[in-house]
Amino acid sequence: MLQVSRVTIRFDDTPALDGASLTVADQSIHALMGPSGSGKSTMLRAIAGLEDPDAGEIAWDGRSVLGVPVHKRGFGLMFQDYALFPHRNVAGNVAFGLRMQREDSATIRRRVNEVLELVGLPGYGDRSVGTLSGGERQRVALARTLAPHPRLVLLDEPLGALDRSLREHLLVEMRSIFNQVDATVLYVTHDREEAFTIADRVAIIRDGRIVADDTPEDLWRRPPDGWTARFIGLENLCTASRLTELGVQPPRGTATTGVIPPEAITLSPTGSHTATVTGSHFRGGAYRVELGLGEGSTLVTWSPTGLEPDAVARFDIDTARISWFED
Amino acid sequence: MRTKPWVLLLAVVPALFLAYFFVYPLITILYTGLVPDGRFATSAFVEIVTDPTMRSVAWFTLWQAFLSTVFTVALGLPAAYVFARYRFPGRSLFRSLTLIPFVLPTLVVGVTFLAVLGPGSPFGIDLRGTIWAILIAHVFYNLAIVIRGVGVLWEQIDPHIEDAARSLGAGRWRVFREVTLPLLKPAILSSSALVFLFSFTSFGVILILGDLHHSTLEVEIWRQATAFLRLDLASALAVLQLVGVTAILLVYGKASKRTAGELPLRPSFEVARRPRTAGERAFIAATLGMLGLIVITPIGVLIVRSLNTPSGLSLTHYVNLFNPPRSSAIFVSPVDAIGNSLRFAIPAVVIAAGIGLMAGVVIVSAKGRSGRIFDTMLMLPLGTSAVTIGFGFLVALDQPVDLRASAMLIPIAHALVAIPFVIRSTVPVMESVQRRLREAAAVLGASPRQAWREVDFPLVSRALAVGALFAFAISIGEFGATSFIARPSSSTIPVAIFRLLGRPGTFGEAMAMAVILMVITGIAAMGIESMRGTRSGGV
Repeated sequence: MLQVSRVTIRFDDTPALDGASLTVADQSIHALMGPSGSGKSTMLRAIAGLEDPDAGEIAWDGRSVLGVPVHKRGFGLMFQDYALFPHRNVAGNVAFGLRMQREDSATIRRRVNEVLELVGLPGYGDRSVGTLSGGERQRVALARTLAPHPRLVLLDEPLGALDRSLREHLLVEMRSIFNQVDATVLYVTHDREEAFTIADRVAIIRDGRIVADDTPEDLWRRPPDGWTARFIGLENLCTASRLTELGVQPPRGTATTGVIPPEAITLSPTGSHTATVTGSHFRGGAYRVELGLGEGSTLVTWSPTGLEPDAVARFDIDTARISWFED
Repeated sequence: MRTKPWVLLLAVVPALFLAYFFVYPLITILYTGLVPDGRFATSAFVEIVTDPTMRSVAWFTLWQAFLSTVFTVALGLPAAYVFARYRFPGRSLFRSLTLIPFVLPTLVVGVTFLAVLGPGSPFGIDLRGTIWAILIAHVFYNLAIVIRGVGVLWEQIDPHIEDAARSLGAGRWRVFREVTLPLLKPAILSSSALVFLFSFTSFGVILILGDLHHSTLEVEIWRQATAFLRLDLASALAVLQLVGVTAILLVYGKASKRTAGELPLRPSFEVARRPRTAGERAFIAATLGMLGLIVITPIGVLIVRSLNTPSGLSLTHYVNLFNPPRSSAIFVSPVDAIGNSLRFAIPAVVIAAGIGLMAGVVIVSAKGRSGRIFDTMLMLPLGTSAVTIGFGFLVALDQPVDLRASAMLIPIAHALVAIPFVIRSTVPVMESVQRRLREAAAVLGASPRQAWREVDFPLVSRALAVGALFAFAISIGEFGATSFIARPSSSTIPVAIFRLLGRPGTFGEAMAMAVILMVITGIAAMGIESMRGTRSGGV
């Protein structure tokens, strides 16, 4: 189990990490998600041992790893640009970590073949890394990271350099690979779809601080604040007064904002609310419909059929599915 | 991060080498010039200022360097333009050919133009002893600096900028003057400074082609020290020359810093295109013709004349080198000279590569200013003239142990000149071995030492081989420093060529020897080009 406690790292007095804490359970896939500059890569580098924290603690199974140099931590790190060794072929890259562990050559050969098989590149050992496609390089980098059986796998935007269709394909594949080898994984990304698809839990980092850490479902259903809700792509954030106008009673307490999930809005000719259609766009499979409530505020929902712009639409809101927080 | 202790430890060897073989001799020269007889005296400097001969030497040094620079830039600019902007058959071949003269030892350049423009010239002229022979040889030697230096920038200027100027109503010439030229200015300035520097400290070419009618500071230092034994005057001249060199290097440093300041110009497409109009084709043809005349013809003439004997074309001159006729005046066996050259080249390469690599690691690892200062210090021998280095050895290295009789001084002098080349070819590669790769190795369990052995060294070794080839080419062709410290028994190929030139009736043998030296250097240069060309693409 990895425990990061109140880690702070400053670069020229600006904190890249500002008291960030995170726990990654054994054999789980944990995503760390944040916009660029939020400190997510710094967090990964600090765990790997490539940056020294100015304050805080990083421990594995209760034992501090801060005094342990990078090459003795036993954590694997996969770089966004892969950082494959250009002077070694595929097998040479994958074997590198095993050679550093002084495994005998028969073991190395067996393990290299095994891992290449695992990532779907059997027989690629003799290929030069310069001749590989982007997706193949990604797999070689993954194989190289997994080969020495790291106790923790750190991935820094591992799909960032690939195009969309390849990304979706490899994402599913990676998840099954990690489950097969029971890896403990910390997966850094800025992409919500990626994080939600691969991770058991998703931590959100903002300005060097972890602001949320939950399962994808709970994060989606109960975002802790407006920034997180907007960052993970939730729409229909409404102030309490706006919701009151729609006939929704805010709960007691300090909650000031509510999120209406698009699926909680049902268009129906007998709906109790009315709005003007301000937009209706086909997005493959369904129409994304924007409902104008006046004063520039809109609600978004999905509809199997398109609606005429400027038409009046009626709808109902499933108030039970609204989540509330202080914003 | 602070500089690590092992970096400081590694810095000791290059620093001591530089201190004892470069800084200490220079200080001794200064001391010899200012304190000739144990007392402070400016008499040597006063003599330079008042003696009309010395004054004319200083004046000639300056204006021949200025004219050489003007002519080289004037002829280099069109060539740089043609190579940067047009694609045509034989483009890369022509481009490599223009680089040949620059790798030739200056003594070979001198012999080449003695063959082309001297007595017995196939053009029926004898320009030996005139400024023209010197200027033409300097243009031949330095053209590559302008073509490379300006061409690289020219390739990066987006032609759309020029198109925009034309669409705004500027004519071709206007566009060149108001858009292209200002953009190229930093590169033109820095290459001009280099051409000026090399012409300012020119030695072999002027010694041979000046024919004692024309003398530069460099030649005069050598003459005063070796022929007239006026060490005080030679030292004063060397000090004067160092001041000049420093000034030129400052201009160069300023100009090249501006070149490095990234111009946000880089076009996103291949700029070079086929010529479209007859005018363009004529311009390319004229430029290539000019290059052929200046660069290729002289080399051809040298080769043909080295084979030319009264009884027609034959290898007589070459045979004489290896089997000197008894009646001939050759007193250093040329075969021995070749052996000496190769024997000196090996330790020179080892010293230069070893110290250059150590220095390179220090430069890359040392953080901030200390690394930059170390870098600059090690570049200084490049700007210092070879004659000054040889002269410094002569006046300084009798203490604490008299090393002047040691044959090791020759490879050490060669290494001193070559170390900057080793550093310049390895440091960029070491810097570009991305920190990422080293981190990747560390994450996979490699200790810092293992990471260096497994990642840095294999990637740097090719660059080191390039540096070693540079060191070899420099050692084989070095003349200025060697002429001071070589004894008759330790004569190298260039020294032997110079001796052959000094005897009547052995010009043919001198040309043959020059061709041999040219071939050896050419092979080294080809090795450098091919190793640079096949660098593996980044992954």
